[in-house]
Amino acid sequence: MSKKVSDEQYQKTFSFKFRQWLDGTKDPFLDNVEMKKQESFHEDEETIHQREEDKKHLTEKVYDLEHNAEVRIFRKIYRVFCVLFCTFLVLMLLVGVSYLPTFGSADNPANNEVAARYIEKGLQETGAVNIVTGMILDYRAFDTLGESHVLFIATCTVLILLRLDRKEDKIAYEADDRSHEPKNDVILQTVARILVPPIFIFGCYIILAGHLGPGGGFSGGAVIGAGLILYLNAFGFAKTEKFFIAKTYRRMCFGALACYSIAKSYSFYTGANHIESIIPLGTPGAILSSGLILLLNICVGIVVAGTMYTFYCMFRKGGY
Amino acid sequence: MTIFTCILLGFLVVCAIAASLSKNLLNTILIFMSYSLIMSVIWIMLESPDLAITEAAVGAGVTTLLFLVTLKKIHAIIKKDGGEEEKHE
Repeated sequence: MSKKVSDEQYQKTFSFKFRQWLDGTKDPFLDNVEMKKQESFHEDEETIHQREEDKKHLTEKVYDLEHNAEVRIFRKIYRVFCVLFCTFLVLMLLVGVSYLPTFGSADNPANNEVAARYIEKGLQETGAVNIVTGMILDYRAFDTLGESHVLFIATCTVLILLRLDRKEDKIAYEADDRSHEPKNDVILQTVARILVPPIFIFGCYIILAGHLGPGGGFSGGAVIGAGLILYLNAFGFAKTEKFFIAKTYRRMCFGALACYSIAKSYSFYTGANHIESIIPLGTPGAILSSGLILLLNICVGIVVAGTMYTFYCMFRKGGY
Repeated sequence: MTIFTCILLGFLVVCAIAASLSKNLLNTILIFMSYSLIMSVIWIMLESPDLAITEAAVGAGVTTLLFLVTLKKIHAIIKKDGGEEEKHE
């Protein structure tokens, strides 16, 4: 049986402090750690003057070509060495190229059993009619996982560099952004209204049919991203913010990357332990075939489309 | 077929040189975009439509847009009575 504690008593307990810390209402270091503000940087009038004098003096001395023989000789030697180094580099690369095996020759080192296996057994082992997709999303799916993560990291870096956190900055930027372009451009809006749905459908088609024909997650995602950008340009941020904000992007990306990792972990696990995978390969040529490739394609497509759109928003406005 | 390929490759070289020599930044970006477009046609002729789609969407579309937005941000596009225009894919 628990008994009711008074508020004062409760505020002394550990759980209250922990909860406060969790909510961020109180900084635990605020009263316990000695803090000192950084002093602002001051410089005497004399030091500034001295510094500028020195700089001027130095510049004069260094770039006075007529009296400074050392610099003059150095510049001449520098030019000669530039030419010599470039010639050497060009010659070296040309010699290197001449030792390469002939293009398309049958006994090239690239023409080994790996490529032969992809061509002969690719359809049988992956179930994908398109050998390229079978390679990048089945035999070498680990590469593609790394590529998707690289895209995600690139977006994070762009967010760090270009995102505006202060509200006043954002408002000023928005005003500046809008001042350059015509609002509600009729031609652009009409064209966008006609073109955007086919672009989206084409992108979805490329993603979903990646294992049947040319295409795949990356190209389809790029097409959808370009469509989103066109829609944004025609109708403005007010319309796109209804369905796509930073939170949406985070969730989409996290979901897609986690889905990819889990799906691929499963197939690595079964492959490494020689267990029969329960995912059926299906009949080659059908839309629901080739095991995990369709799912992986969709994941990559989502990541790429979100990344393209986020890049554009960050470059344009520094947030969305 | 071969004549067409030769013409395209010639255009490619011309575009590459023009993009690096052009003084106007906006022109450089547009030339770069046409370079990507020609490249995507060449990919189709080399029988790799996967790459052609990606090149058209990324090289000619998104990269150009990002370049244009950056130019606008650093105020490198000068307004001439009526204003600049943005190209879409």
